[in-house]
Amino acid sequence: MIITLSSAPPRVRSTMMKFAVIQFPGSNCDQDCVAGINDLDGLRAEYVWHKATSLDDFDAIVLPGGFAYGDYLRCGAIARFSPIMRAVVSDARAGKLVLGTCNGFQVLCEAGLLPGALVRNRSLRFVCDMVTTRVEVDDSPFTHGFPKGTLLHMPVAHGEGCFFADTETLRDLNAYRQVILRYADSLGRIVPEANPNGSIENIAGICNRERNVFGLMPHPDRASDARLGSLDGARIFRSMMQTVSASRATTSSDRVKQVA
Amino acid sequence: MKVRVIVMPKAAVLDPQGNAVRDAMRHLGMPEVRSVRIGKYMEIDVDGQNGDLEARLRGLCRDLLSNPVIEDYELQRSSASAKATARHREISKEK
Repeated sequence: MIITLSSAPPRVRSTMMKFAVIQFPGSNCDQDCVAGINDLDGLRAEYVWHKATSLDDFDAIVLPGGFAYGDYLRCGAIARFSPIMRAVVSDARAGKLVLGTCNGFQVLCEAGLLPGALVRNRSLRFVCDMVTTRVEVDDSPFTHGFPKGTLLHMPVAHGEGCFFADTETLRDLNAYRQVILRYADSLGRIVPEANPNGSIENIAGICNRERNVFGLMPHPDRASDARLGSLDGARIFRSMMQTVSASRATTSSDRVKQVA
Repeated sequence: MKVRVIVMPKAAVLDPQGNAVRDAMRHLGMPEVRSVRIGKYMEIDVDGQNGDLEARLRGLCRDLLSNPVIEDYELQRSSASAKATARHREISKEK
């Protein structure tokens, strides 16, 4: 991973997209995220310490996996009060793309940027495995251009990944097509055997109603290198890049129109 | 002021830990056990006891100590000091 980082070719700043990878005390997938993102042409990731207060320089924000603040009290409960979270919340409200993987997903739920909560796995066991997820929404900024039903293979590693939402929230999640990924078997069927943690309706990842904040328990960052067995996670980062690129194009064409 | 905060999972939230303990209790000769729910108990010592202290504590119970999506909390003012006072009175009477 470090070799990939240091040998990354220099890129032109103007066309480069910058992703912030937030480091909380206890984050442990920050390097995986940075490496996975830096592997993609046109993308650069930078670490941002949780005590920073601005994310203005970045096109997108990634909250990595790990055990922020030791997962004390509840996963993500203390991290959501870190100084950087004010910027994450305000930038998310302004429409910036925010991706939370694993512990990052838990932080987003605790912060109220995503509905529901993640509780102890039904099995009471820490689950560390490769899972299959099915893409349920093909027009989100994070699954841009993935046909509905696409199967993504990514690893999971968590003890508290059982997604819970009350009946009303669950109905809204389905009604507004906010469930982006569900755990599926190798044939794409949503069955209990494919559910690694007991999540309600096999939910593996959801977005907010505005569709710019996405949280998932699987690790795209650990599925961004062929040597790790899957490149499916990189597709999520690439989709984010395409979304940012498209919105930049729109913004600049708007400017041209305004000038004209 | 000493306060106790009890945080419990909401009824709709699955509590696999509670279920595992319930099963163990039944297995150990108590088939009467109907259910076990496991929560958290916190003892908090706070300087002072007047003004908006309790309201602020309640705010933190809601925002930090519990997650209203999955948990309910109960804030109790500790009766330890009250008990000590009562005991002291009884002793005084005996004398």
